[in-house]
Amino acid sequence: MFVSYKWLQDYVDLSGMTATTLSDKITKSGIEVEGVEKKSEGLKGVVIGHVLEREQHPNADKLNKCLVDVGGESPVQIICGAPNVDKGQKVAVATVGAVLPGNFKIKKAKLRGEESNGMICSLQELGIESRLIAKDYATGIFVFPNDVEVGQDALEALGLDDEVLELGLTPNRSDCLSMLGVAYEVGAILGREVKWPEINKVESAEKATDFIQVKVEASEDNPLYVAKVIKNVKIAPSPLWMQTRLMAAGIRPHNNVVDITNYILLEYGQPLHAFDYDRLGSKELVIRKAHAAEKITTLDDGERDLSSDHLVITNGSEPVAIAGVMGGANSEVQDDTTTVIIEAAYFAGTVVRKASKDHALRSESSARFEKGVDPNRVREAGERAAQLISQYAGGTVLEGSVEVDTLTIEPAVISITLEKINKLLGTSMTVSEVESIFTRLQFGVSVDNETFTVTVPTRRGDITIEADLVEEAARMYGYDNIPTTLPTGTVTPGHLTDYQQKRRKARRTLEGAGLYQAITYSLTSKNKAAQYALDARESVALAMPMSEERSQLRLSIIPQLLEVVKYNNARQLDSLALYEIGSVFLKQDGEQLPEEREHVAGAITGLWELNQWQGEKKPVDFYVAKGVLEALFDTLGLTEQIDYRQSEKEGMHPGRTADVLLNGDVIGFVGQVHPTVQKELDLKETYVFELSFKAMAEAAVEPIQYSAIPRFPSITRDIALVVDTTTVAGDIQKIIAEAGGKLLKEVSVFDLYEGERMEPGKKSLAYSLKYFDPERTLTDEDVTKAHEKVLAAVKEKAGAELRG
Amino acid sequence: MQERLQELQEEALQKVAEASELKELNDIRVAYLGKKGPITEVLRGMGKLSAEERPKMGALVNVVREEIATKIEEKQKVLEEAAVNAKLAVEKIDVTLPGRPVNKGNHHPLTRVIEEVEDLFIGMGYTVAEGPEVETDFYNFEALNLPKSHPARDMQDSFYITEETLMRTHTSPVQARTMEKHKGQGPVKIICPGKVYRRDNDDATHSHQFMQIEGLVIDENISMSDLKGTLEVFAKQVFGKEREIRLRPSFFPFTEPSVEIDISCKICGGKGCSVCKGTGWIEVLGGGIVHPNVLEMAGFDSKKYSGFAFGIGVERIAMLKYGVDDIRHFYTNDVRFLTQFNRHES
Ligand SMILES: [Zn+2]
Repeated sequence: MFVSYKWLQDYVDLSGMTATTLSDKITKSGIEVEGVEKKSEGLKGVVIGHVLEREQHPNADKLNKCLVDVGGESPVQIICGAPNVDKGQKVAVATVGAVLPGNFKIKKAKLRGEESNGMICSLQELGIESRLIAKDYATGIFVFPNDVEVGQDALEALGLDDEVLELGLTPNRSDCLSMLGVAYEVGAILGREVKWPEINKVESAEKATDFIQVKVEASEDNPLYVAKVIKNVKIAPSPLWMQTRLMAAGIRPHNNVVDITNYILLEYGQPLHAFDYDRLGSKELVIRKAHAAEKITTLDDGERDLSSDHLVITNGSEPVAIAGVMGGANSEVQDDTTTVIIEAAYFAGTVVRKASKDHALRSESSARFEKGVDPNRVREAGERAAQLISQYAGGTVLEGSVEVDTLTIEPAVISITLEKINKLLGTSMTVSEVESIFTRLQFGVSVDNETFTVTVPTRRGDITIEADLVEEAARMYGYDNIPTTLPTGTVTPGHLTDYQQKRRKARRTLEGAGLYQAITYSLTSKNKAAQYALDARESVALAMPMSEERSQLRLSIIPQLLEVVKYNNARQLDSLALYEIGSVFLKQDGEQLPEEREHVAGAITGLWELNQWQGEKKPVDFYVAKGVLEALFDTLGLTEQIDYRQSEKEGMHPGRTADVLLNGDVIGFVGQVHPTVQKELDLKETYVFELSFKAMAEAAVEPIQYSAIPRFPSITRDIALVVDTTTVAGDIQKIIAEAGGKLLKEVSVFDLYEGERMEPGKKSLAYSLKYFDPERTLTDEDVTKAHEKVLAAVKEKAGAELRG
Repeated sequence: MQERLQELQEEALQKVAEASELKELNDIRVAYLGKKGPITEVLRGMGKLSAEERPKMGALVNVVREEIATKIEEKQKVLEEAAVNAKLAVEKIDVTLPGRPVNKGNHHPLTRVIEEVEDLFIGMGYTVAEGPEVETDFYNFEALNLPKSHPARDMQDSFYITEETLMRTHTSPVQARTMEKHKGQGPVKIICPGKVYRRDNDDATHSHQFMQIEGLVIDENISMSDLKGTLEVFAKQVFGKEREIRLRPSFFPFTEPSVEIDISCKICGGKGCSVCKGTGWIEVLGGGIVHPNVLEMAGFDSKKYSGFAFGIGVERIAMLKYGVDDIRHFYTNDVRFLTQFNRHES
């Protein structure tokens, strides 16, 4: 809502205030003033001039040579390019020395050999938005009505010596979608009276009811309909002051009748509609739900398909307006209109909202109906519109109005105690402080033993319960005056859950290993949603996505991370290590909501070790990625529960991918992205992993229990084994560990050899075995005994021979 | 005999002084002090001496031996030191060359903000509550006093999946779920960080996915002044003690009275600039007293209990805190962006 500071003074005394100080007060009391626009900002030296002569420029077809009286000693010559400039017009002239928006300074000039002492201005040139300028002046200069005084400040005449407050209204404060509503708010803040417009009722002897009948067939959606009839109207531009006020409020002037309905909409917050009585095609208005397949062409020339959800005004046979949204072209007020019907009605918010949504028509009118208008202003708004039409369009108002009224208006009456207010706000207001707040708001209030009984005016439809009154009290009391305390109730221990702690530890471990945390989108394309999924489930799709690219919920994180790798690679950032912890979404049969499972995923590519000047470089390989995971499992205490198994997975390198198992269940995988996919995405060798973090975090972990530091030395034996190339190191390791008995404390592989010196189909694996006994010093015999068991076991179970 | 000893001593000491290598010195030791050396020889010749002279001579031999040994030792120290120094001189390196890089990653800046806020509130006795990102219309809207026809639903156009389920538009449904779990029994003291989704075209200031942190306290006697105090603690912690705080009445369907918190603009110091749109203030937070309908719907007796709730946009905080000018940076994950947040700041 745009509020003209000057206009607002019609309803409330603003003496002692500036637009800025008032804005601060309004903001502090609950309606945010989002901006204050000084209309004359950057404008200087524009006066009203009278075009005395106009002739074509001798050297230019499209220029006019004008002699203009600007109130000085003698008229000045001005060259003007506007097509509509003519002798006798009163126009806005930027004289020599004037400044126009954009710091455009007007100087004496010669145009094609002719002197020009200033510029005749269009409204655009004076900083008014094109969309607000009446059609007649859209492409040329603005022409004033004849009664303006030559030499007078044109900015004043155009109402540009004004400031406009832009109110950011929250949905509950639709009462301030009117100047009167704002006046009540400002009146309450300043403790000043609100002055209503005066209506001088002048009516002819002819009765409105003889001209038109009104029938409402949907009284629930339209409990009140008031029609006024005005005869002998002469359509013309509305008075300049009204046009400038409309423009300040962001509405484009049309003609006197339409402008007056818009003016009342702004003044009262009551939308009105004007019908051309003669174009109506009948003598009745029937308000009903539209029939299926019924159509209407609205004022904006759009043909609209109606349904039984929409409320329409009809002439008895066909729609002439969509109630509360927009009028029909068939009954529009035009230049030759002489008799008008003014509709002032109360339409239910829901039915207007539905129509406005279905037809994508948001009008000033629908915005107000949707949020609820003050039922007590309907009649008066219609009355005032009729009187203004008689005043500014020369019409005669017929006696009375035609009404259908089934509306019951019951103002809300709410009781609240002083204690409740103070307890909820933490304040210590007195009875009289609270009472004075309600009085300033012009609410009815009576006090009985610290209990207030408040009668809420119908303009404040947002106030229905105690809490609403607490809010009114708080904002008028001033939030700055509320004390500052901290909750003092029950003491509660603050902490993270076990799961949340594990997530933080996982993050730190991955980061300590060199990975940066990425956060990517949950929404992705249908194609990507299922790639690399751990569970082959259907993805969850949005009903109305904004684009295909963001239409499904992800089942895995890797495709998103590969996008990130691709993005960075394209910018010469080749060495990357990224991880993400986030949810994936799995459709569940028979459940309303998908399963949301937290995953941890990573992508690593390029160089892992980069020693610039030493010249050593180590590219990322499978074991780098696996090493990162091992560190993660170690941090979470899962090392003993984890296994790896060679695996083939779509999109992954068939020889360089492992499933990760937690207590025998696959919880994810690690490996190289398939070279074909790498090529498609323009990636270098990239390793990825994705695991169910949920599974990891929920696995049981043993508490830490100290074990004694060994007091006796250990004995290490190394063995090199010859095995088939198909034998995997992990299996041998397990065999050794099982066979070594309780003296064998550690087994680690330290060499792998596959080469010329081996028999075809064979390779050598070397292990280091560490034996020790916590109770005593081991003897060679002890170790040899255990070691022989190991050798026997690997031979028997894996056909391994000691390498000679 | 005595002369011979003097001679030997001089000779030996001369050689010690001239020796320039440890090996040479060792040869001198063996030559003069060894079993086959000339001094031993002199000792052997002592048999010819009288019983009176023998001890005198013996003493003299010892003095000479000791003198030579001492000098050799001294010289040895000198030579050893020189050898060590020579070795160290060769081992000299260029200490200005860079060290071997240690791989080091870090939090995403949004996580950084979230953890900072979590820790602050954990310190004040809150726990961290989380919930699903796909929500029912009930928890996302209706339980929060936003019935289907409510005009405020326009304020947050949403991604629906079915008529009854959608991507949550705020983390408030976590509050609704937590309250429900408490079965009308206070106190509740939680903060809820998480991803939320709205139907916005991605541009410099809008993102269809973003993060929020909301807080909720329900107990007997919770008041607006408690909210004010809590949010002041928060704003000072996150934005710095020198920031001024302004409270403005506002409107949210799930709180009443509602409040918005502005902090003084860091960029212009409150004078007005393009970031604060000339007002000198930047909106960072919304909150209020929990609406009685919300309490009642979750099973709390609104006559006994009251509460406050607040919410902040994580990206907004990060943008203000670090001067990030485009919200899309947070989701592009350009490593040149991510690596800027890898250190401590006071
Ligand atoms: Zn600023």
